[in-house]
Amino acid sequence: MTSIWARLEPLLAKVQKPARYIGCEDGAIEPAWHPTSVSWLLTYPDTYEIGLPNQGLQILYDIINARDDAVAERTYAPWIDLEAEMRAAGVPLFSVDTHRSAQDFDIIGFNLSAELNYTNLVNLIDLAGVPVRAAARRPHHALIAVGGHCTYNPEPVADFVDFVVLGDGEEIVSEITEVVGEWKRSGRESRTDVLVALARIEGVYVPSLYDVHYDGQRIVSIEPNRPGVPERVEKRTIADLAAWPHPRRQLVPLTEVVHDRLNVEVFRGCTRGCRFCQAGMITRPVRERPADQVRTMVLDGLRRTGYDEVALTSLSSADFSGIESVVQDIIDDPTHCGQISVSLPSLRVDAFGVGIAAQIQKARRTGLTFAPEAGTWRMRQVINKLIREEDLYGAVDAAYSQGWRRMKLYFLTGLPTETDEDTRGIAELARNVVRIGKSHHKSPSVTVSIGGFVPKPHTPFQWFGQNTAVELQRKIDLLRDETRRERGIDLKWHDPAATLIEGLSSRGDRRLGDVIEEVWRRGGTFQEWSERFRLDVWEEALAKAGLDLEWYVYRHRTEDEVLPWSHISAGLHQDFLWQEWRDALAEVGLPDCRWTPCYDCGACTGYSIEHVVASAVPPAGGSQGTGQDLSVGVSVPVMLLDRRPDAVGPPQEAS
Amino acid sequence: MRVRIRFTKLGRVCFLSHRDVARVWERAVRKASLAVAYSEGFSPRPKVHFGLALSVGHTSEAEYLDIDLRERVELDGLAAVVSPCLPPGIDVTAVSEISPSETSLQAVVDEITWQFLVGTRPEVASEAVAALMSRASVPVTVSRKGTDQEVDLRPAIGRLDVEAVGAETARLTAVLATKPKSFRPDEVLDAIDLPPCDRRVHRVEQWIIDAEGGRRPVLAAPRAVIATDVEPELHVG
Repeated sequence: MTSIWARLEPLLAKVQKPARYIGCEDGAIEPAWHPTSVSWLLTYPDTYEIGLPNQGLQILYDIINARDDAVAERTYAPWIDLEAEMRAAGVPLFSVDTHRSAQDFDIIGFNLSAELNYTNLVNLIDLAGVPVRAAARRPHHALIAVGGHCTYNPEPVADFVDFVVLGDGEEIVSEITEVVGEWKRSGRESRTDVLVALARIEGVYVPSLYDVHYDGQRIVSIEPNRPGVPERVEKRTIADLAAWPHPRRQLVPLTEVVHDRLNVEVFRGCTRGCRFCQAGMITRPVRERPADQVRTMVLDGLRRTGYDEVALTSLSSADFSGIESVVQDIIDDPTHCGQISVSLPSLRVDAFGVGIAAQIQKARRTGLTFAPEAGTWRMRQVINKLIREEDLYGAVDAAYSQGWRRMKLYFLTGLPTETDEDTRGIAELARNVVRIGKSHHKSPSVTVSIGGFVPKPHTPFQWFGQNTAVELQRKIDLLRDETRRERGIDLKWHDPAATLIEGLSSRGDRRLGDVIEEVWRRGGTFQEWSERFRLDVWEEALAKAGLDLEWYVYRHRTEDEVLPWSHISAGLHQDFLWQEWRDALAEVGLPDCRWTPCYDCGACTGYSIEHVVASAVPPAGGSQGTGQDLSVGVSVPVMLLDRRPDAVGPPQEAS
Repeated sequence: MRVRIRFTKLGRVCFLSHRDVARVWERAVRKASLAVAYSEGFSPRPKVHFGLALSVGHTSEAEYLDIDLRERVELDGLAAVVSPCLPPGIDVTAVSEISPSETSLQAVVDEITWQFLVGTRPEVASEAVAALMSRASVPVTVSRKGTDQEVDLRPAIGRLDVEAVGAETARLTAVLATKPKSFRPDEVLDAIDLPPCDRRVHRVEQWIIDAEGGRRPVLAAPRAVIATDVEPELHVG
C-alpha cells in the first residue's frame, strides 16, 4: 500500500479548501517508481495556493521526472486545520501527486523564497517523520535539501537541513540525483558519506561540514571541518536559458492559486543594479530566452492549458529585447480570437510606453503595478533605481489613456539615508498620479503599497542597520497623515513587526536555529500570514536563547565584519558590493552593464559567462535613468546623469 | 447555438468547489477549441451557465451546464473532444442542443435523486428512516444567504429507501423535490435520527416533471456510463 489517500480522504471532509490536497492538476505526473529510483519530494513551505505556481519547483519536477532513474512528486504546507487532523490521525506529510507518505522519499527538497517560512520548514520536516535537527538523523531518514533565494544566507536554517543548493537548479539537480542514487545503490549506509560526496558538487553547501567560531556575539571565522570541502561555496548559473525550455507542461491547478495563469520566463537575471534588490544581485548575469522560443512556449502553453492569460516573467519584463513585438504576436495570434491577456509583472516605468500599454489592454485588463520604490530622485539615486518622476508620470498617463483605472504603486520605506522629505515624496508622487488619472477618468484609484525595507545578504545594503519597527511605524503614520484626505489614494502597508523578524531571519546566523525551533514548538507556523504572526513568541524565544534582536537587526555592520554568509558566494566581489554601498551613501548611480561597459561585479568574469541579450541597446521609451530621450536604435553610449535633470512636472502640465 | 452537457464529478475532484468546476470548464472549452461565445463589456467571460450547485465533497453522475457557441458544432463526438480536456473524474456523458429560450438549469429541475452511503447497521438505518417518513411534518432549520428559517422538510421527500450494502453500511436512496423549497442532502441526513457515522453523498439524477406528471432526466445518459457503485469504500470510524 503506497497511497495514504484512504486515510486522508475522511479528513478532507472536515477541512477548509480540501481541493488543495487532491492533486489532479493538468500537467501532473504520476511517476513510475522503481526500487532504485531516486525520489524527490519537492516542497513549498506555504499553502498550496502560494506554492503551486512556484516556477522553480515546476522546472525541477519536469527535469527530474524526465530522468529514467528518478521520480519527483510535490507537496505543500497543509493548513492548520488539516495539520491538526493529520497529527490526531497519525497521517504523515504526503505528496499530492500519488498521495505517498513523505517517508517514502529519498530527498525532501524545499524552495525557500520567504524567510518567515522557516518555521514551516521545521514543521514540515517534523510532519514528514524526520527529526528536525540534521544531527539527529539516521541513514534511513530522507535528506533535507533547500534551494531558492533565501539560501544565499542559509545559516538560520543550517541546523535543520542536510544540504543547501545555491543558484539555478536546472543542471545541479541531476548531479545531486546521481550522487544520491549511487549512495542508495551502495546500501545507504553513512549519511556523512553522501553529504561529503554532495559537498563536492559545485553549488552544494553542507552546513554540518563547516564550523563557525565566535568571539562573544561576533563571528570570527567560518571554516570547513574536513578536507576536500570548499572554503567558499559558489552558486550555480546556467549559461543559456534557451537550453532549458521548462516547465514544458506547466501545472494547471483545479482550484484557484496566486498567479493563476500561464507563466513563461523571458529572461533570468537583472543588471539594473537596484541596490536594495537581492534578486537582481544574486541572479546575474542577464540571460534572455530567444524571442521565438518565448512565442512557441506561450502559444503551445495557452493551447495546452486553456488559460486565457499569460505572464511574461522576469525581474523587469519590459527590458526584454523586442518585448513589444512578442506581446503583439501573442495578442494577435488567430487561434485565440483576441481573448488572451498578457501581463508583465515587474514593469519598470521607464520602459512602459503607450505602445506596450496599447498592446496589453486589448483583451481583459487587470490592474497595473509600478514600483518607483522611493519618493524622491535623491532617494532613488541612493538605491540606484534611476527613474525620473517624468518616467512614472509618462507611464501612468499612457496607462490611463489606454483605459486602465486602477494603478498600484509599490514603495519601500526605511531605506538608507531616508529623510522625512523622502517619505513625504511618496505621497507627493501618489497625489500626482491621481491628478493625471483625473484628466482621463472621473475617479481613478491608486493603491500605494508600503513595504518596510529589509537589508538582504549579497546586496550593497547588507551592511546597513535596518530601521527600527518604531521608526518604520512612524514613517507609515506620516504617510497616513499625508494621504488621509486624498480621495483616490488607498494606502496599504506591511506590519513593521513582521518586517523586524524578516530582518532577523535574513541576516541571522546559525544561533537562530534555537529560536526558530522554539517558535515552531510554540505553534508559530505560517508566520507570513498576518493573522498568524506573533512577535511576542519570537521575542520570548530570543530571550530564552539569550540572543539580542537589536544586535542582529538594527546594527550597521563594518567592512571587516565576518558576515554569516561570507562562505557563500553569488559571484559578486566583496569590494564591488562595498564600493556600491559607499556610492549609495554618496548618491552616485551605476548604469546597467547590459548596455554599457562591464564594471566587473564578478558574476560574469568569475564564472566565465556573459549576458545573453538580443539587443545591444535599451528598449524604447522613457529615459532609462539617463535623462536622455532614448528611442529604438539609439547608439549613443548610455551614461547616467549625476544630477537630477532640470525638467520637472507631470507631462499634462507641459502640454 | 446552445449546448446542454451532462457530466460526472467522481473521485478526488469531488473536493472541488462549484466555482472551481466553473473555471475547469472555462479552460476545457478553450482547450477543446470550442467557439464559445463571450459576454460583452470590460471583462468578457465565456458564456457558460451552470446548474444546481453540488456541495464540496459530494460526488455526482448528473451535473449539467449550458454553453453558448458562436458556431454550430457536430454533437456526435463532442463528448470525445471535451472529456480529455477535463480532469480525471469529470467526464461528459450526454450532449444535446437546446433552444436558447429553454428554461435555465437553475429553474428547470423539479426533483433530484440522491444516494447516501452511511456507516450504520442497515437495520438501524431502516428504523430511523421509517420513523422520519411516518411523521406528518419535519420542521428543520435551514440557513440561506445568512439567515436561518424554519421550514417543513417532509413534503420535499418523495421517496427514501434503505438497502444493506454491508453489515455496517447502508445505502439510502432519496428523491427530493426542489420546489418550492430546495433542501441540501446534509439537511435531510441530519433530520434522520442516525447514530454519528461517516456518510457519503452522491447525486444520481436530476429530473424534470412535465405537465402530465411524466418524469424524465434533464438529459438521459447511456446506462453503461451510470455506475451506481462508483463510490470508493466507506471508511468507518
